[in-house]
Amino acid sequence: MAYTTETKTMPATSSSKATKINEHIVEIVSDSGEGAQKCGQSFAAISAKMGNGVWTVEIIPAEIQPPARSREGASGIRIRLGSEKVTNMGNEADLVIALNEQVPYGRIHQNAYREGTTMLLENKWATDASEAVQEKYHAAVADFKAKGYKVIEIPMEQECLKIVKNARKGKNMWVLGMLSYIYNRSIDKGETQIKTIFRKKAEAVISANLELFHSGYTWAEANLDFQYEIAPMDTREELVVMSGNEAIALGILASGMEVCSMYPITPATSVSHLLAEVIKNSGGLIHQAEDEIAAVGFAIGASYAGKTAVTITSGPGMALKTEFLGLASMAEIPLVVVDVQRGGPSTGLPTKVEQGDLLSTLYGQPGDVPKIVMAAATIEECFHFVILARKLAESFRTPVYILTDANLATGQQPFPRPQIKKDWFAPPIDQSPWKADVKPYDWDNQTGLSKRPIPGQPGGQHTITGLAHTSKAHVSYNPNENQEAANLRSRKFAAFQKTLNPPHINGDNKGDLLIVGWGSTLGAIEEAVEMARSQGLNVSSLHLRFVSPLEPGLKGIFSNFNEIMTVEINYSDRPDSPQFTKENRRYAQLATVLRAHTLVDVDCYSNVEGQPLTPNRVLGVIKNKLGIE
Amino acid sequence: MYGLKEDLTAELPSKYFSLEGYEKGVARWCPGCGDHAVLTNMQKLLREKQLDPAKTVFVSGIGCSSRFPHYMNTYGFHGLHGRAFPIAEGIKFRRPDLHVFVVTGDGDCISIGAGAWIHAIRYNMNMTVLLLNNEIYGLTKKQVSPTSRIGTISNTTPDGSILPPINPVQTTMGVANVSFVAQTADWNPAHMYETIKAAYEHQGFSFVHVIQRCPVFQGGLVDELTSNKEAMVYLEHENGITVSEEIARTFKQKLTHDPANLSAARDLAMDDTKVYMGLFYQNKDAPRYDDYGASNLGFTVEQKEAALNHELDKFAI
Repeated sequence: MAYTTETKTMPATSSSKATKINEHIVEIVSDSGEGAQKCGQSFAAISAKMGNGVWTVEIIPAEIQPPARSREGASGIRIRLGSEKVTNMGNEADLVIALNEQVPYGRIHQNAYREGTTMLLENKWATDASEAVQEKYHAAVADFKAKGYKVIEIPMEQECLKIVKNARKGKNMWVLGMLSYIYNRSIDKGETQIKTIFRKKAEAVISANLELFHSGYTWAEANLDFQYEIAPMDTREELVVMSGNEAIALGILASGMEVCSMYPITPATSVSHLLAEVIKNSGGLIHQAEDEIAAVGFAIGASYAGKTAVTITSGPGMALKTEFLGLASMAEIPLVVVDVQRGGPSTGLPTKVEQGDLLSTLYGQPGDVPKIVMAAATIEECFHFVILARKLAESFRTPVYILTDANLATGQQPFPRPQIKKDWFAPPIDQSPWKADVKPYDWDNQTGLSKRPIPGQPGGQHTITGLAHTSKAHVSYNPNENQEAANLRSRKFAAFQKTLNPPHINGDNKGDLLIVGWGSTLGAIEEAVEMARSQGLNVSSLHLRFVSPLEPGLKGIFSNFNEIMTVEINYSDRPDSPQFTKENRRYAQLATVLRAHTLVDVDCYSNVEGQPLTPNRVLGVIKNKLGIE
Repeated sequence: MYGLKEDLTAELPSKYFSLEGYEKGVARWCPGCGDHAVLTNMQKLLREKQLDPAKTVFVSGIGCSSRFPHYMNTYGFHGLHGRAFPIAEGIKFRRPDLHVFVVTGDGDCISIGAGAWIHAIRYNMNMTVLLLNNEIYGLTKKQVSPTSRIGTISNTTPDGSILPPINPVQTTMGVANVSFVAQTADWNPAHMYETIKAAYEHQGFSFVHVIQRCPVFQGGLVDELTSNKEAMVYLEHENGITVSEEIARTFKQKLTHDPANLSAARDLAMDDTKVYMGLFYQNKDAPRYDDYGASNLGFTVEQKEAALNHELDKFAI
């Protein structure tokens, strides 16, 4: 019978026939609209609830409804689960569930599978009404086998049709049942998960999906001769599991901000979906503006009136907001800006990951616009950085930017449940009388800081303006005044930098090579460095959270390594290709900033393939840089 | 008895704001500019209504007229070109206690800010909006505006402009959820005063189109209107804007128009042979977005903490 892997299951330990493994990478790929992501997110949630470390990455085509059975239309999800904390999507998949034989090619092109990968393939195409489809199916199966995949053809459609009329709706829960058997998941937890995700649906829908789930489980138990067991993590901490965008939404709640003003843009929008449901229970509101410019203008208006606001966008939205962001810095209005980066330039790769907005965030406005820019490296940081950003925005009277990316946005990871502190929440706005002798920009000469009058405070009346202005907020006509105000606006951030600690070094604090990263690449870089170190390589890494102002001490840290190299997901010229030389080469974005700030010859590796970095890719970069292999 | 408490002591306002209380600095507009008349009228209105300067915010964009907030002793936000509306909306959203005024010009509102203008009408938030329309760009020195008449000679149209102007009153009344549209002119300060007063009293987005002189770059424009008395028509109605009999007598033409009648109002706006002065349209029942904005204010830290805990529970493992 076909339902078996070629390598027989390892002899089971006495109590269980399941093979014990430390971790596995699972992918579910399908046409758009078949519910692969819902299936995968559920599987991840069940796994997290059973104590496994989890990381998910969604595989999203650019179109809402790409052609069926097309390679470019591959939609789905990857779940990496293990008995330790999982920090990135890992290398090639161990097990793939494919709902047709064409969609895996979209992933094969991205080197997502390896020899030995198990592929559980929907077999209904073998008997499709169209001979062309049948031929394609058989050709693909032969090809997959030739590539060394262990192909198991499974009658998913046939089994689902025993329960529902339209297997397209529901097959995902059958697959969830099958996966739950394969990874020995708790049936109770699966049932609870299904009841939760369909909580807004009719009872009949819930019971049909439960039936499909059970059918998938039972079928797998009867027909598959392998099963895996991944032990839970050794932790007693109370955990929560969510995506980066969900973490931002809850971070907004935790910050006490009452206004989120946004315009829909992929991959940032889903923050507002959760937020719209929950912020009203927390005394806040969402405003969906008519465009990106109005969204930030509205947020600035609310902030100016004392209700510090957040606006959430992605690269193209950042470009549109530029002029307003300059105004907020010039007029010193607190504001939190979240940029969930995607592939650029222009419309670019809307659903794919890139760290391409660093330079435009730092330098996007005309004139000198110093600011605070933070980059979240984990899903937990997506939550906590929003709280910090609101406080910094108000203390330093400035916009604060949080950069995340499409990888963090849709990825799911467990992290310790936040222990809420009352001072996270914004205090009520100050409406006490303003002291007559305090100017609206009463800049402290040592720190550049000033307190701002909020509308409603008697005696604080002034007119703020984006024009050069004096400490009284009057339009400035004197050249010295503009110079001095610019000095003070910059001084705030030098004062802030004094409060930062030098970055943590992962590995020894001296060696042959230091890898520097920022944002969502943390897990892949640290896993690669660990592999390299276990192979005897003298490599360390450092991951920046504050990119403006930069964390202190970088030049000193760099001086202890022979080579410094950034690893980023954005564009850089490759010096070994036509026209590019070491002199004319354009560097990756963080490398450009570090070179300018430290005068150290920082090298870089980066690409714009739109994919999260794998540990193997980074390991290859490290070895290449050190001249090994 | 009004103003007297039971013990017969008078209930006096705790503070009286004089005209000087609303004034700030010396307006830097050209002599003869219509903006001066609007500023004086606005300060008078605030005194009559005794608006607390600390609770009043003037928002503007960029242009000659957008310097307006600098000359008011209230809170002010001199924003970006074309972007006064989103700022004003954000200010009003969670601060129902603030009185919000927007002063904008024809370039600021009708050209670069057209998108925000259309949506501001639809949001219908409670704010008073003055469009000071002199049909030319003044601050940047005489370029054609979208409200300039065909044939306008300017520095960017030396052979005369070729496109018909956008009619702000007509366009405003074409937008869903419009709630208050009136027209006045800078050379009739008494009519202007009654118009901006009615606009302030309207609870919603009150749009006042002020036809205005630019003596430097559009000198002849108003001469033509002021000399042709037949062209100016005073709109009369019990629900409209009423001026004193003396002022009403200066109008040669009068027309009874019910401001509840939107299609009649649109017909009047389309008539480019006349200038109708007064209230075109008012709907006191249009939904207001600031009602939504004020809907769940005043949560305590404890309530917010409970809400966050409740949400975290849903993600707990």
